[in-house]
Amino acid sequence: MALDHAVLDVADTTPLIGGGKTIGQVTRDVCSPLERSPTRLWYGAFGAALTALLIGAVAVGYQLRVGIGTWGLDRTVGWGFDITNFVFWVGIGHAGTLISAVLLLLRQKWRTSINRSAEAMTIFAVMCAGLFPVIHMGRPWLAFWVFPYPNTRGPLWINFRSALLWDVFAIGTYFTISLVFWFIGLLPDLATLRDRASGWRRKIYGWLSLGWDGSARTWSRYETCCTLLAALATPLVVSVHTVVSTDFATSLIPGWHATILPPYFVIGAVFSGFAMVLTLMLVARKVMHFEAYITPRHVHAMCKVLVFTGSVVGLAYLTESFTAWYSGNPYERFTFLNRAFGPSGWAYWVMVLCNVVSPQLLWFRRIRNDLRLVFVLSLVINVGMWFERFVIIVTSLERDFLTSSWSHYTPTLVELGTLLGSFGLFFTLFLLFCRYLPMIAISEVKGVLPGRHER
Amino acid sequence: MSRRVHVALFEDGAELVAAANACSRLRIPIVDAYLPFPVHGLDEAMGLRRSRLPLVCFGGGLVGLSLGLALQYWTSAVDWPLNVGGKPFQSFPAFVPVAFELMVLCAGLATAGALFVRSRLLPGHVGVVVDPRVSDDRFVLVVAPAGASIRAADLRALLMEHGAIECREQIVTDRHVEARS
Repeated sequence: MALDHAVLDVADTTPLIGGGKTIGQVTRDVCSPLERSPTRLWYGAFGAALTALLIGAVAVGYQLRVGIGTWGLDRTVGWGFDITNFVFWVGIGHAGTLISAVLLLLRQKWRTSINRSAEAMTIFAVMCAGLFPVIHMGRPWLAFWVFPYPNTRGPLWINFRSALLWDVFAIGTYFTISLVFWFIGLLPDLATLRDRASGWRRKIYGWLSLGWDGSARTWSRYETCCTLLAALATPLVVSVHTVVSTDFATSLIPGWHATILPPYFVIGAVFSGFAMVLTLMLVARKVMHFEAYITPRHVHAMCKVLVFTGSVVGLAYLTESFTAWYSGNPYERFTFLNRAFGPSGWAYWVMVLCNVVSPQLLWFRRIRNDLRLVFVLSLVINVGMWFERFVIIVTSLERDFLTSSWSHYTPTLVELGTLLGSFGLFFTLFLLFCRYLPMIAISEVKGVLPGRHER
Repeated sequence: MSRRVHVALFEDGAELVAAANACSRLRIPIVDAYLPFPVHGLDEAMGLRRSRLPLVCFGGGLVGLSLGLALQYWTSAVDWPLNVGGKPFQSFPAFVPVAFELMVLCAGLATAGALFVRSRLLPGHVGVVVDPRVSDDRFVLVVAPAGASIRAADLRALLMEHGAIECREQIVTDRHVEARS
């Protein structure tokens, strides 16, 4: 496994958790930020996130009242910001599952410092993603029609041959399993919080921890359960973005109708997700003072994943273009030339610069060591991956088969507001998570500390 | 019924495992251990059998898969066959993604549900908190010497010798003990 090698390379002499922490110190370090009142920085960030969320709520409310006509879509470009944002957010979520499930199966110990918040990121990102297809329906109060239930219209069943319907099941399952996995992982830490708290906090954490008592029998089952869920989540995460890619690949639009799409989407999702994990972790490290837990070793490991996945994404772009030329299909050729050199060509080059060129800088140790540079690069990759979805969706649609149908897509203020709102929702939830739940998996970090005799 | 148990607190998981091994060699029944994180080698020392959760997971997956395929077949080809773009009513390849997702969903929920039920992890349930420091940095071994040929003082010495920092005798009700075996 390439990931395995990326990490083996970090066989530094530095310990995984810095500062020679004892088990008790880990408990205190992770729990005490939750037991103090929030810092001014947290309030500032929360205020900004909530404002963005409110702007989004206004935008969504307006488009529900007036209709989808408030978007910049037309007969030719039927998918724009909505589906771009949907694919972007689903992709972000995938790194969380990768870190919690795949790295658990590969027994990568460095995941313990970041898996909890990466899983939280997954759940919140999937929530943001789910928002877009629902409002895209135009009449979201009828969203339950996507489920197969006995109805008074026949019963007329849903069309199980449609990739859009596969999406409903894929995203629904992904969200449910991620939530269950996350909650089970939280149980021992909720018990830790319960045993430290008093009053109403003790009651709430006590209720949430489901009476966890740390019995060896429970731990034994718990570990089996986590391994099983990880084994289920691994093919699940691959299936989710594969299904998302079939939304495009099963259509006949040149630029979408390609067999490369599933692996290309999955690796792109991992790439963008890891970039988002890096962004969040570097901020959390500073703001929550987790320098001893999220060490340069973790950052190095994630950077190497980014170099690898970024290179695969670059290879996918090349393969796609080569196939377009080699296929001899004039529509396919035209679509790819139009993508790079047409009126929206600038977006293509932003994508290439951000996703293919910028991660290559992470080959250099000196750049990986400069955490501020890594932070900037992670943001650049996030932007690039958003543009990738935009380029795939919009440039393929703008040039229809008939020149008379050609069109140009520009997002409206309502669409920009909705995008901003999704970021608001994501960061509001993430900041609440930082305040009320342990950001670092306490029991798992304790498990990777060197024992008393090894120290 | 209630019985007398010895509760020994350790600062290190490895010490607890060593003590548990010593106890099982002397055939002193180990009631349970309470830990802040899983310590390896303890399952063997306590003689715990392998969890049967994988079977539950497999069963759940099987149910989900059959349910998914049956639902799609029945709705698309039996109850109201609808011609969608000339595709066959029973279009098996197109049914694979939904069947797969339902398989994963049922397998995952069954596994998690079985864990909750088997380990009595339920809202409002209060577990056996032998010592509140268990969720922080203490490892607790609970042994019941009843019937074993060892005197209380010897058992205490044995536990202390293996690094216990505290050792006390306690009366526990059987409900706590047997319900979790």
